[in-house]
Amino acid sequence: MTLDAKIPAGPLAEKWSKHKFNLKLVNPANKRKYDVIVVGTGLAGASAAASLAELGYNVKAFCFQDSPRRAHSIAAQGGINAAKNYQNDGDSIYRLFYDTIKGGDYRAREGNVYRLAEVSVNIIDQCVAQGVPFAREYGGLLDNRSFGGSQVSRTFYARGQTGQQLLLGAYSALNRQIHLGKVKMYTRSEMLDVVTIDGQAKGIITRNLITGQIDTHTGHAVLLCTGGYGNVFYLSTNAIGSNATAVWRAHKRGALFANPCYTQIHPTCIPVSGDHQSKLTLMSESLRNDGRVWAPKTVATAEQLRKGQIKAGQVKEEDRDYFLERKYPSFGNLVPRDVASRNAKEMVDDGRGVGASGFAVFLDFADAIKRLGKDAVSAKYGNLFDMYYQITDEDPYSQPMRIYPAVHYTMGGLWVDYNLSTNIPGLYALGECNFSDHGANRLGASALMQGLADGYFVIPYTVGDYLATIGPKPVDGNHPAFEQTKQEVITRINKLLALKGTKTVNEYHRDLGHIMWEYCGMARTGEGLTKGKGLIQALRADFWKNALVVGANDEVNNALERAGRVADFLELAELMVDDALMRKESCGGHFRLESQTPEGEALRDDDNFAFVAAWGYKGDNQPEVLNKEVLDFEFVHLTQRSYK
Amino acid sequence: MSTGNMNLTLKIWRQKNPDAKGAFVTYKAEGISPDMSFLEMLDVVNEGLIHKGEEPVFFDHDCREGICGMCSLYINGHPHGPKDAITTCQLHMRTFHDGEIIVIEPWRAAAFPVIKDLAVDRSAFDRIQQAGGFVSVNTGGVPDANIIPIPKVIADEAMNSATCIGCGACVAACKNASAMLFVSAKVSQLGMLPQGQPERYSRVQAMVAQMDAEGFGSCTNTGACEAECPKEIKMTNISRMNNDFFSAKLFREEGVSEHAAGE
Repeated sequence: MTLDAKIPAGPLAEKWSKHKFNLKLVNPANKRKYDVIVVGTGLAGASAAASLAELGYNVKAFCFQDSPRRAHSIAAQGGINAAKNYQNDGDSIYRLFYDTIKGGDYRAREGNVYRLAEVSVNIIDQCVAQGVPFAREYGGLLDNRSFGGSQVSRTFYARGQTGQQLLLGAYSALNRQIHLGKVKMYTRSEMLDVVTIDGQAKGIITRNLITGQIDTHTGHAVLLCTGGYGNVFYLSTNAIGSNATAVWRAHKRGALFANPCYTQIHPTCIPVSGDHQSKLTLMSESLRNDGRVWAPKTVATAEQLRKGQIKAGQVKEEDRDYFLERKYPSFGNLVPRDVASRNAKEMVDDGRGVGASGFAVFLDFADAIKRLGKDAVSAKYGNLFDMYYQITDEDPYSQPMRIYPAVHYTMGGLWVDYNLSTNIPGLYALGECNFSDHGANRLGASALMQGLADGYFVIPYTVGDYLATIGPKPVDGNHPAFEQTKQEVITRINKLLALKGTKTVNEYHRDLGHIMWEYCGMARTGEGLTKGKGLIQALRADFWKNALVVGANDEVNNALERAGRVADFLELAELMVDDALMRKESCGGHFRLESQTPEGEALRDDDNFAFVAAWGYKGDNQPEVLNKEVLDFEFVHLTQRSYK
Repeated sequence: MSTGNMNLTLKIWRQKNPDAKGAFVTYKAEGISPDMSFLEMLDVVNEGLIHKGEEPVFFDHDCREGICGMCSLYINGHPHGPKDAITTCQLHMRTFHDGEIIVIEPWRAAAFPVIKDLAVDRSAFDRIQQAGGFVSVNTGGVPDANIIPIPKVIADEAMNSATCIGCGACVAACKNASAMLFVSAKVSQLGMLPQGQPERYSRVQAMVAQMDAEGFGSCTNTGACEAECPKEIKMTNISRMNNDFFSAKLFREEGVSEHAAGE
């Protein structure tokens, strides 16, 4: 299959403007004749649903939570990037573009990333107009802070709750359209399949999570805004309900899945405390503005710390290794996430980890508290410090935080072109569930930017072009494809409900997480991945024999919901491993031990791997087919990434 | 999966559906670690129930980091449990002692009907927000973000109000099941900011009207809402809302208000 990314020709700065002019328009009177389905109500979904309804389209929006405001965008802490250059520190659209391309280790498309940087400034304007209470300076203007992988301060924030405030802004815009009758909102509804007619997406199948009713919904276009698949790893910073079912079902209907192995392991999370753990909690990257990361210089000191014989404060300055500052003097503690995570892992592998388990390093605020005072530190990060205290029962004001990397974000996702369209006409993917803008590693504060860019400023233009092409004729809900897809969904549910083995779905999920973390986590090898693949296949086969699913369909049934999601994770996991096996180079968050520089940094192989890997589904338990979209770098010179 | 040494007795409200008669059912939670969150403790109980082929206890939850507002639970007579300023998902078992009896109920309010077991229907909150909890701006065509300076104290106070997670603990805590704290937090956030001024008085009337229509009770200034709020939303918001509401009713009838207000 030839993949056409549809990147417009011409200079970077003119691509998007030119493209927008060339896109077909739907006239205002015709817009109300179109129905658009939006699945997911996080930043991408809520902003898309609201913006499309404002234009006049009829929108049907879906979320599995009890309210659109619960989507996991709400949990994003640190901030949102925008090339406003309000700080006069040398920022520009080009610099944000360049930082993002470099941060992604040269595995993203130039055209997409430039557009992202370009519309970033509009996002801030939009959010402020909605009443989002961003942090401000005493003069009343907006404040900024720094994030990893950048040497300018371009991150806008609302305390440690930026995602919450941006989502509530998008939710308010969505509410306005619900009130006006332009959006019909379906809560506690989970999308279980996409319906295609003659190769075009024309609707979805959902399950009402309260009554179990299976419904069909028609639409001229279907927008998936369903987030990432980090919960493949069981333990992640994702919400418990975050899942890959919508995108995986779309994949099985023909949508290509791109770069599934690109997962982001975030360096600063609260370490695992025991087997009971159901999720991991992030401590925002913004903390690395003032916190210093260190591990003891010697294994002996680490040993004493692990046994609780000494406290962190008793380790003398000369016995501490501020390893990020030492190795990366220009960026220091603000190196990108993949680099910070790998270095923390190195410390632990070296026997210098701390905490009872030894799987942690320190994030220390003693210097910042001395320099700025406790009150100033509390004003900036108070809610994060409180959260840390609640979870660990340790006071981060008086002793350093213990942190360790955890799965946080997935750069991979459904393959989309410049219009955010998958290879199935009418099926779009926005936000984290597409693969498009972050390459092999996402920079901090860029997820919020991308979700809102896609929803507010890209899809309202690009979906119109498609809708104008197909025309406003109503979608025939009586077409046999709807009933057939619905029956397939019901058959699958019945198959899950028939599982009366001995092991709970949660136990399978935890086992899968162990396999993925061990063999497809921060460091990957050909040998390990091959072993992991076998283990996943065996686990999946065992699931369909020995899993235990209680209850019935026509009621609230958490066990059934989870069974469906974990069954999909068990398939997606294998594709992630296949992709990681195929990509023999290291890049960004994908680190193959076989491919590293003498200093232990990720070593790319641009001659052989400067492409997007877009996988096509060929049937259950069949190998997937690899399609390559070659990445052309017209404007940026590919170099070994350096943060020294 | 047992990793700890706490043994607890749980009295959990079980209710098949909104119309069924509910009742407390006693369960044992054994081998609980003090480092578990309250919801992880319930996970252990549910896993045990599934192994026995029984129906697990249904409760709402999602982010498990105290921000999505989906978790609830009335624990030993307190919304989100005995500790101040946290949600149930951030409550850890070290707060309890070995052998303790813990009573777990859903939010109880006429406007929050029970869906099943410990989960309630809070869509009334969404409908109140839909009635007016927004600034009527479309995407695009807005001015530069720095064009209107907003004093830091105002921005900070608006943020204090905006931090509400919409969990409904204020309603659950109130003897009248009033939603005043929730509604006033949004009214205050937008009412304090320049962006919210054009619709300031129509907004408060629309949101209060919807609040009343949903069947929430009246506010009698008892203050249980503020005491139990996991995000420490202050009753000052209620004062601000009352001020705007009375002002709207007395002096700013029928749309003239926005043009004549001059604020």
